[in-house]
Amino acid sequence: MNPTNYLYLSAILFSIGAVGVVVRRNAIVVFMCIELMLNAANLAFVTFANMTGNLQGQVMAFFTMVVAACEVVVGLAIIVTIYRSRRSASVDDASLLSR
Amino acid sequence: MTLSIIAALPLLGALLLTTLKQGQVESIKRIALGSSLATLAATVLLASNFEIDRPGFQFVESYSWIPALGINFQLGIDGISLILILLSTILVPVVLVSGWYESEGGRFSVKTFYVLVLVLETMMIGVFAATDLFLFYILFEAMLVPVYFLIGGFGTGARQAAAVKFLLYSLFGGLLMLASIIGLYVISSNQIGRTFDISALGTLQIDNLTENFLFLGFFIAFAIKAPLWPLHTWLPDAAKSATPGTSILLLGVLDKVGTFGMIRYCVELFPDAAKTFTPLIITLSVISIIYGAILAIGQRDIKGLIAFTSISHFGFITMGIFAMTTQGNSGASLYMLNHGFSTAALFMTAGWMISRRRSSTIADFGGLQRVTPLLAWSFFIAGMSSLALPGLSSFVSEFLVLVGTYTRYPIAAIIGTIGIILAALYILIPVQRALHGPVTEGNDGLPDLNRRELIAIAPIIALIIGLGFYPKPALDVINPAAKATITKAGMADPLPTVGGEK
Amino acid sequence: MNTSTNIVYLIALPLFSSALLMLLGRKADKWGHIFATLISASAFFVGVTEFFAMRSRPEEARAVTQKLFTWISVGDFQVDASLLLDQLSIAFVLLITGVGTLIHIYSIAYMSHDRDRRRFFAYLNFFIAAMLLLVLGDSYLNLYVGWEGVGLASYLLIGFWNQKPEYATAAKKAFVMNRVGDFGLSIAIMIGFATFGSVSFSGIEEKVGGAGETALTAMGLMLLLAAAGKSAQFPLQAWLGDAMAGPTPVSALIHAATMVTAGVYLITRSNFIFDNAPTAQLAVVMIGIITLLFGAVIGTAKDDIKKALAASTMSQIGYMILATGFGPAGYAFAIMHLLTHGFFKAGMFLGAGSVMHGMNDEVNMRKYGGLAKFMPITSITFGLGYLAIIGVPPFAGFYSKDKIIETAFNAGGVQGVIFGGAALLGAVITAFYMTRVMLLTFAGNKRWASDAHPHESPFLMWAPMAVLAIGSVASGYLLYSGKAIVKWLAPVVDKDHHEHVEFLPPIVVTTLAIVAVLIGVSIALLKYRGEQSDSAPSDVSIWTRFARRDLLQDDANEFLFMRPGQEVTKALVVTDERVIDGAVRGVAASAVGSARGLRKLQTGYVRNYALLILIGAALILAAIWVVTI
Repeated sequence: MNPTNYLYLSAILFSIGAVGVVVRRNAIVVFMCIELMLNAANLAFVTFANMTGNLQGQVMAFFTMVVAACEVVVGLAIIVTIYRSRRSASVDDASLLSR
Repeated sequence: MTLSIIAALPLLGALLLTTLKQGQVESIKRIALGSSLATLAATVLLASNFEIDRPGFQFVESYSWIPALGINFQLGIDGISLILILLSTILVPVVLVSGWYESEGGRFSVKTFYVLVLVLETMMIGVFAATDLFLFYILFEAMLVPVYFLIGGFGTGARQAAAVKFLLYSLFGGLLMLASIIGLYVISSNQIGRTFDISALGTLQIDNLTENFLFLGFFIAFAIKAPLWPLHTWLPDAAKSATPGTSILLLGVLDKVGTFGMIRYCVELFPDAAKTFTPLIITLSVISIIYGAILAIGQRDIKGLIAFTSISHFGFITMGIFAMTTQGNSGASLYMLNHGFSTAALFMTAGWMISRRRSSTIADFGGLQRVTPLLAWSFFIAGMSSLALPGLSSFVSEFLVLVGTYTRYPIAAIIGTIGIILAALYILIPVQRALHGPVTEGNDGLPDLNRRELIAIAPIIALIIGLGFYPKPALDVINPAAKATITKAGMADPLPTVGGEK
Repeated sequence: MNTSTNIVYLIALPLFSSALLMLLGRKADKWGHIFATLISASAFFVGVTEFFAMRSRPEEARAVTQKLFTWISVGDFQVDASLLLDQLSIAFVLLITGVGTLIHIYSIAYMSHDRDRRRFFAYLNFFIAAMLLLVLGDSYLNLYVGWEGVGLASYLLIGFWNQKPEYATAAKKAFVMNRVGDFGLSIAIMIGFATFGSVSFSGIEEKVGGAGETALTAMGLMLLLAAAGKSAQFPLQAWLGDAMAGPTPVSALIHAATMVTAGVYLITRSNFIFDNAPTAQLAVVMIGIITLLFGAVIGTAKDDIKKALAASTMSQIGYMILATGFGPAGYAFAIMHLLTHGFFKAGMFLGAGSVMHGMNDEVNMRKYGGLAKFMPITSITFGLGYLAIIGVPPFAGFYSKDKIIETAFNAGGVQGVIFGGAALLGAVITAFYMTRVMLLTFAGNKRWASDAHPHESPFLMWAPMAVLAIGSVASGYLLYSGKAIVKWLAPVVDKDHHEHVEFLPPIVVTTLAIVAVLIGVSIALLKYRGEQSDSAPSDVSIWTRFARRDLLQDDANEFLFMRPGQEVTKALVVTDERVIDGAVRGVAASAVGSARGLRKLQTGYVRNYALLILIGAALILAAIWVVTI
């Protein structure tokens, strides 16, 4: 199969994720969309690794996974804390920076 | 006695002060005064070893600082720097004595005031003694910090705004200068290897366009510092808000870094560009002379008046520097010294008047000559020095500047001479309003100068009169340096039209 | 040239005394006036000794110099603090110290009730020192120091009673108008240095032959401006009348006998410039004529005795300036008139002071009248001065003024007739207004204020007046007998011994001058004999009103300089505030404004930030795409 198709898929997944981040208000969903974007990037990395025939892309994919794991830990903790103090997981409620 | 020891003395005093408690006000003041006097003594000692006829820098010290970039901690002085270092070290103790209570009642503690002043003194000595461009730049910018806090923390009125205005103006100029310094560094690393040594930088071959831009970067920074029209508007605000002592250091010494820089950096490093821009700069100087004088006449606030007279005087200094004659250059250098003394005397006496009357508006005073004769006479003599009365020190320098300018730019000199008529007005109007006339209400019980104040003003007045009749010691030190500057700029004095051929 | 070591004492003595009296303050109140007078007398003694020493030397060895120290030395600009005592300066030295000492003596009594008498004497001594430096300096720059020094002394003394605001204003006016003259002197020195590479009299004189006429004319005109400022000549004459605010001895010494004649000294000293610049010389003559008529006309309308005398001073100095304009033919006569004028005018001012002293400081002549009976000595001394100034032979003024008129006619042709005619007209008016002063003050009926008790002044006051009166009688004859002054000054002002052509026989001119005096005196006698009213008539012609307003000199200055100056100042203050500082504040305001606008993007919503990041990423990608294609 033409490896370009993987790239198209990756782009579509990334776009879906990006749109989700921008339009959704539930923090959990936004979070999942970010994960989706990261994984879209992983897919692209792996594809490029396949296309160029070296390991650099795959290594980067592992890096991304590790970063994503850390991010999940910190991010979920923040979401849970916010939910505890505000009884809401909507990101629009947490607009403290504008003040 | 070396330059670095002299520069370190005030810093040591400041360190000593930090070990004291806030409450020990008297001992803080004594120690601060003591270390500034020690610095003065050390400077006088150094000056006595200065060899008048030796060309180039003396008392040279050089320590490697950042070798990777070719930066050295390098000090050395010629006649002009020696004069200005002497001026700084004389004025600091005078400022401390004259404004013994200025440090109290500010936003910060008394201790902070004296630490700031002493740190500033170290930097002032350093900036005149630096022969490494990078060191000069660091000190040039770092000096802003203590002054900022001195204005903003201990001044009066809109002190915060004035301090910020001063800082932003100076930083803007400093930024342009930094760009030029980097440019110069790039050129030097291409031609002679990485160095910031100003004697080496003077030998660079720079093409015309680049030289013009580099020159402008330096010149604008210095023109802000020694306020030249139209970059002057920070000065009146700063002088109105600062304490008299800070104003003395600001106008008397810090602004001289600007005119000093014009000689040491603008003219000596970029002689060709300096010649290109001379007509423009002479024009701006003449405008400054007349404009500053007219604005001074229009001031109601006595500190604002002194600030504008200084703008007029800085016009004379700049004109003398760029006339590129030995008379103009020597006159300008001597003018820096004399302006320091006469402005110090004016600000001191004005400060005493203001602290007694609790007002800085000229119209609030009246008849002081009958009430406080000593104060009135001090102000009068300071004013006479400011209007360059022959026999007082400023006359010699002002006339040298004018004569030096006339031989090359007669029209500029003639217009500049109108400044002496305006000077009579801007001095005599406040003299008449504040000192003469009937004693107006609120002035009748004012106390005359006390012993401390007399001790502060007496040496300055003695210097003003002494240097007026016998300027030779100062001129002997300045002349070789001025001559060297003119030679470096590739100029020679115009010959007289009759019997000039030698 | 010979050197001498004594000249410096002439200056050092009074300078030291002045500094001492100022520094000691009230501690010296008891003896300050005596000390200052003794110092002034000792300076006179030094002057007399030097004079006789000079006379005993042969003509070519008379001038002596004394170098004190190197004052300013930068490149080619070399100025020594150095003194020159020659035939010209010794004449001034004797006048300054001699008349000065007399006035010191007079002031001891005149100022005895003033609590600041010591300060007054300190100022007087300072003036003597500065004036001596002015005439003894051997270069223009040394002269300049004395020049401004006397200006400062004059400022301090006019404003001696500066608690009165109008006196303080008069002092300021004098200083500022003098500074306009100093502007001229500064420029003249600069021209001198740029042209000759020297500022000393001898240095310039040596090279004067090689200079172009333009430079010399410019320098001459600038020197004339300087002279006009110091000597109250047109157009810088307006300060002299107001300067009468100072104590009367000051008016006598500074504003009649010595300082105001410094302009005549300057032009005479610069003879080598003017002799080679005919245009400048013509300007000198014109200024002299304008001022001598101007002052005389103002003199006819003044009721204030001091201001009438001041106007007369202005007019008489006009005669001197006129004479200097005729070159070597006139210098000696200018100096002769200066010396005789020093005697009679100082004497009359002291007389006026004596009258004021007896009349409760009243200055309005309309409130005098018939004082001759009550103040016999004053009226006699004043009368002798009067006869001298109007030029009655054989009093002093006759010799000096007659010679000036004669020189004016000798200019030849139409010019000579105009110059001489103007000088004669001036003599008519002088005779008129001085007779008027005499009649209103000493003759006629009493028109005193009710509390006036006129009495003769004490010995210390009338003695100096008597000495000056003797001078008014005899000095003219002494100076002119055997052309003494012409021969004495020739080595300085007439080195080439010009032959002076005579267009009119002297006897004709003398007759004309005497007729002029008779005309003036008779008109005044007709008009003011038996004056009754103690107030000035108000139904007078427009010309009289004109003259009473000083021929609009103050109005002109106000209209031409003061008002526009004030407007410019106000406008510039506003411009500085609004435009220049406004631009600076504008930059600051625009930075603040744009920050305020950009801040609106910071909503605090995560998704907005995410969108901005996305847009940014898209833009960067687009940019890369565009660039790579």
